Amino acid sequence: MVKGIEKYGVPVVHMATVVPISLTIGANRIIPGVGIPYPLGDPTQGEVDSKKIRKRMVRRALKALQTEVDGQTVFEKDNF
Amino acid sequence: MAKYKIVHYINQFFAGIGGEEKADYKPEVREEALGPGTALVDALGEDFELAATIICGDNYFGENLDEATDTIIEMVKKYEPDVFVAGPAFNAGRYGVACGTICKAVEERLGIPVVTAAYEENPGVDMFRKDVIIVKTGDSAATMRKVLPYMVNIIKKMAAGEEILGPEEENYHERGIRVNYFAKERGSERAIQMLVKKMKGEPFETDLPMPKFDRVPPAPAIKDIKHAKIAVVTSGGVVPVGNPDHIESSNATKFGIYSIEDMDEMTPDKFTTIHGGYDRQFVMENPNLVVPLDVLREMEKDGEFGELVNFFCTTTGTGTATGSAAKFGDEIGKILTEKEHVDGVILVST
Repeated sequence: MVKGIEKYGVPVVHMATVVPISLTIGANRIIPGVGIPYPLGDPTQGEVDSKKIRKRMVRRALKALQTEVDGQTVFEKDNF
Repeated sequence: MAKYKIVHYINQFFAGIGGEEKADYKPEVREEALGPGTALVDALGEDFELAATIICGDNYFGENLDEATDTIIEMVKKYEPDVFVAGPAFNAGRYGVACGTICKAVEERLGIPVVTAAYEENPGVDMFRKDVIIVKTGDSAATMRKVLPYMVNIIKKMAAGEEILGPEEENYHERGIRVNYFAKERGSERAIQMLVKKMKGEPFETDLPMPKFDRVPPAPAIKDIKHAKIAVVTSGGVVPVGNPDHIESSNATKFGIYSIEDMDEMTPDKFTTIHGGYDRQFVMENPNLVVPLDVLREMEKDGEFGELVNFFCTTTGTGTATGSAAKFGDEIGKILTEKEHVDGVILVST
């Protein structure tokens, strides 16, 4: 799906827990998810913190979309 | 004569421990054959013994790749097997990746021959086909009986140190390894035969298959985020409660488009997930874990980006054919670019 969309020329950021799969299918901008049953957030830390984690990740996703990449890039940290 | 020893790796499901709710099961050793291991032992005959079965939950492995690999390596080492076997994983993606990862590690670190098995569309196949022998299977465990003789044959050859033949003969996924041999006919004759077949429209087999470059170059970055239109797409199976379009919980044949207009967050009374490949309890309670509408609306209000497309596109990513996924991507891409003129897409996968 990532490639199908990106071939129209819009950047796609793939937020996915199993990064090796994302790399294999060919996503160019990748953000590692927290866990398979909860990629964006961590409900085991309570709703408030979980939402904070989610916001940070989505912010990182927007930043990744604003970053030029010349190949597959995994954005592991908020600062890049 | 001493028996050949094998150690077998399987996931929590094939060990009979449980489904998704047990997917975070930590690595464990049992000195008995379990699940597909029992059929393997029967088929291998009395020259072989299954020294141990190692069980690990697919999520645990996927989320703790390095740690899980190290733990399992230590477990395998203790038994000094002649051959290490993993799976078959059939079309289970996380399981296939786990089988490939652990096989590669056992071969590299312990120098023990390894074999696993999976369906051609399992992501583990493309990731590890060059590293390990992956016997071909169908897309479900129903094909176990067909796979078994090929696995057994390879295990026996590995144990005895005999030569494993090519992917055609032994029924494993092509590894991209070239082996020199003397052909019956010289190159010019083969070329003419191929050309004649091609002209007649008959199938022919090339001597040198071209690699498949299935890549899309990265699209240019968003220049002006303050005015950018962003869309959310997911393979996490989030749908309106009641699943109005009957999207399949596995092997999806369609995707859905659902409105999020005038909503500040994804609420569990309106949305749920029908994904058949992970423990759904967290997302059913809070669908924002997959479609992060709550934080996107806040960021939209705060001017962190221009605007959010007022719908999201969704399907189920488990067991779904890569061909179907490519088709969904194409259709979604068309809608998002031609109708919505989006500047960027967030795609969330579980």
